Amino acid sequence: MAGLGGRMSTVIKAKVSKILDKAEDPAETLDYSYQKQLESLQNVKKGIADVVTAKKRLQMQSSKLEDSVVKLDTQARQALAQGNEELARTALERKNVAQTELQSLDGQIAELEAQQQKLTDSEKALRAKIEAFRTKKEVIKAQYSAAEAQVRISEAATGVGEEMADVGLAMQRAVDKTENMKARADAVSELEAAGTFEDLTQLGQGEDDIDRQLKELSNKSVVDDDLAKLKAELGQGAAPGQLAAGEPAVEGSAEDAEPAAAPKTEEQA
Amino acid sequence: MIVRISGEGQYRLPDAMHGALNELDNTVVEAAEAGDETRFATAFAELLALVRSNGEILAGDDLSTSEVILPPPDTTLEQAAETFTGEGLIPD
Repeated sequence: MAGLGGRMSTVIKAKVSKILDKAEDPAETLDYSYQKQLESLQNVKKGIADVVTAKKRLQMQSSKLEDSVVKLDTQARQALAQGNEELARTALERKNVAQTELQSLDGQIAELEAQQQKLTDSEKALRAKIEAFRTKKEVIKAQYSAAEAQVRISEAATGVGEEMADVGLAMQRAVDKTENMKARADAVSELEAAGTFEDLTQLGQGEDDIDRQLKELSNKSVVDDDLAKLKAELGQGAAPGQLAAGEPAVEGSAEDAEPAAAPKTEEQA
Repeated sequence: MIVRISGEGQYRLPDAMHGALNELDNTVVEAAEAGDETRFATAFAELLALVRSNGEILAGDDLSTSEVILPPPDTTLEQAAETFTGEGLIPD
């Protein structure tokens, strides 16, 4: 059937044939090929386990970053409530870095999830072929002379061989993707080691510099702290004057300036 | 004619579809060589759709070999281009 396909499929077909030629030794076709098939199935299982391991690693990083985002957000609120806008900004900047990293990680986790699903499907397909081959092999052996059985079983083995080659391809793609993500995870770890996420890595355990500064502030201004907490409880959150440092003071001025725009009728009544 | 979409499965297609299949196949290659992302994506999607809509999927325990093997549906232009220069998708 050579020359049947277009350029693309011809190239791919040639490569698969090459794999099959390498894998198949006619003298050993009978039971040996079944052993090779089972080995191939084991390899796929190992491939799936590798993808799952890589995924778990990324998930751990992701959950660590999620904790960081929550903590940095809390720290920013606290800093702002205590009037330290600069500290709040630092916390928010770090939160931003963590969030960006988190989004990227989530995308990679989804990608690995997809790879895992594909490999699982491939494994299922290969398993079905191998089982069919096993059955067919026994039937052929029982029905034909040794020489003819050899030929027919060889044909059937080629069908499984093609599936094995296809699974091999799926594995290769999964490995490539996993390697990329490992490299990415290592890069994140390096960033952490370099201090970019210095504080993030310690969250939940030791104190970071934001914590320490907050504590100093708290010691200095327990009253302010209480007041900020009270404001927050009253639903005012951080004082607007502290939030918008670049703007002119707005305390109570908005409603005064434009009384007609005030929608609350009970205040006007 | 049996066509395999790599990573997806095998389909039995009427032999009369050779021409249409080859034409699209070659269009995909040309687009990949030219680095034409849009044309590559369109032609490859058409090729896959042609196989899926006209083909009858083979049972999982069918041991037939494929006359035509197409790359995985999520093949990128870069990967396709690599394949045709003799490296890439299926390692030697």
